[in-house]
Amino acid sequence: MTDAPTTRALVIEREMAHPPEKIWRALTEGPLIAEWLMTNDFRPVVGHRFSFRANPVANWNGVIECEVLVVEPQARLMYSWGTLGLETAVTWTLTPTEGGTQVRMEQTGFSSEGGANYKGAKYGWNKFIGNMERVVGGLE
Amino acid sequence: MQAVTDNVFRALADPTRRAIFEHLSRDGEQTVHALTYRAGVSQPAVSKHLGVLKRARLVRCRHAGRETHYSAQPQALAPLVDWMSVYGAFWRDRFDQLENLLKRMDP
Repeated sequence: MTDAPTTRALVIEREMAHPPEKIWRALTEGPLIAEWLMTNDFRPVVGHRFSFRANPVANWNGVIECEVLVVEPQARLMYSWGTLGLETAVTWTLTPTEGGTQVRMEQTGFSSEGGANYKGAKYGWNKFIGNMERVVGGLE
Repeated sequence: MQAVTDNVFRALADPTRRAIFEHLSRDGEQTVHALTYRAGVSQPAVSKHLGVLKRARLVRCRHAGRETHYSAQPQALAPLVDWMSVYGAFWRDRFDQLENLLKRMDP
């Protein structure tokens, strides 16, 4: 914990057997986004402010405040992602492959020191405990 | 560090321990008696749960007379609740759901 504060990124990549055009629709059409992520008022317009809404739980109103930052159809989508005192950004990158599309999600802005992480931990651990349990499962 | 992290996750994976920890975080220092009253389980069980939380450094105790007072150490979560791993689990799950949706969509 004596490390200087830095930010870190989370990257998840997966090749999907679908063309970029189709995946782009799933990433940018509100009703489709709602089917795999959360209810939302997203529009693929740079500067548009929107929110994702999950079911509220103790100590968390379930709202993620976002702003569209980059829209490059069928290639790149970026929005800010703010909740639980943790301000991050999510970037989707689609790269065509022989069998479909490489889907890359990068979430940046995680702080390695206290501050936002601490607030997030304090107010958010309840909400994400289900995920923690899965992490625990992965530890065995 | 990894062992400490594992201890925290394991300590909080139990709903009774989560409730005790949350109670201490919200309402401040409590005696074992007060915690037992709230927890709805026996005092030995509460003491055992507190032992697990203590080993994970999530609670601290101080003795005063015949009572032991416990308090939450939520800062123990700060370096240990790894938001990246929490979000990692979250996004992997969403990736699965995205793929399920893509299968259902017209080509």
